Amino acid sequence: MTSPSRSTPRPRSLAELFWAFTWLALQGFGGVLAVVQIELVERRQWLTREEFIEDWAVAQIMPGPNVVNLSMMIGDRYFGLRGALTALAGMLLFPLLIVLALAALLAGVADAPQIQGALRGMGAVAAGLIAATGLKLMAALKRNVMGWVMCYGLIAATFVAIAWLRWPLAWVLLGLGTLACLWAYRRLGVLASGDSDE
Amino acid sequence: MSLTLTTADWLALFTHFMSLSLLSIGGAITTAPDMHRYLVTQQGWLSDAQFSSSIALAQAAPGPNVLFVALMGWNVGVNAGGGVTAGARAWGFGLMGVLVAMIGIMLPSTTLTYAAARWGHQNRELRAVRAFKQGMAPIVIALLMATGWVLGKGQGDAARDWPLWLLALCTALVIWRLRVHMLWLLGAGALLGWMGWV
Repeated sequence: MTSPSRSTPRPRSLAELFWAFTWLALQGFGGVLAVVQIELVERRQWLTREEFIEDWAVAQIMPGPNVVNLSMMIGDRYFGLRGALTALAGMLLFPLLIVLALAALLAGVADAPQIQGALRGMGAVAAGLIAATGLKLMAALKRNVMGWVMCYGLIAATFVAIAWLRWPLAWVLLGLGTLACLWAYRRLGVLASGDSDE
Repeated sequence: MSLTLTTADWLALFTHFMSLSLLSIGGAITTAPDMHRYLVTQQGWLSDAQFSSSIALAQAAPGPNVLFVALMGWNVGVNAGGGVTAGARAWGFGLMGVLVAMIGIMLPSTTLTYAAARWGHQNRELRAVRAFKQGMAPIVIALLMATGWVLGKGQGDAARDWPLWLLALCTALVIWRLRVHMLWLLGAGALLGWMGWV
């Protein structure tokens, strides 16, 4: 799938892994996912876009905070269990200290209208960041075995089901997810048994 | 708010969060309604205000959103230690609450995800594993777009929230197409909100 000759940058030490995750967690206001994509895929290039989507799919369907699952999987990839725990610690340690400090300091003033307004504005920007992550990752579908018609059909169906119809995530993953996986399974079989199509 | 927690109560808190951990598909935030039922309504360990400010503060602070669980643990602990005015004793109980809540919500889900991700990576050449990853890719991308949409829409009052929605949309387009550091955009969002323009 991905070319084996690709020279992959990777974290050189547990310390680099720890600080990389600390740094990206500290940039993640209103959620860390957009930052993970920008830092690890675009800037450090520890992951390709395709690998990022694959890992994110697993992180998403397993229970637990998605970005925490993702950081653990990436840490494990490079340094095993030690890497997983290091990435986890990087993701949580400093943000935890900050949020506790904020809770202690802001106990009285969090209700001021300016603070509420600033939080609302940052929330809207955070929402845009997440949507942009999805838009950027669409480029990774070019090599998908299902073909672009099926891919864009699935994107449209999933978006409508979640964003407009507000169906429960579990149903959507079970329904559309099963359909997509079965179709991909069939296509992989067709591609393996001969190159008759394309 | 001040209350007394027995060892059995702490254990109950721990096991309750452990069980929620396994149900938290799509992130810990999906279990927030049940946390409210348990902590506020059933046990009376947290006030309504403490519950909602825990979520709002964790959303606004940098880092993974799961840290709202740490703040809930903190508040339960502080309440058990005699309230904010009790000084060092309350702080000690608060830290204990953080540990109990965070370990409870993280341990089961991360263990399960770790095992599943390892298995998936070791068997990545299996047709079924490849089909899963290829099939889920467009769905994962659509989920990101849908998350951005749902968060960006605000409270759903289109007449009042349209500037927020516009801000989210502009952010998405700028990040998708241009190379602008997102901290600038977050700062702009905070400023617009502070001024009361969005």
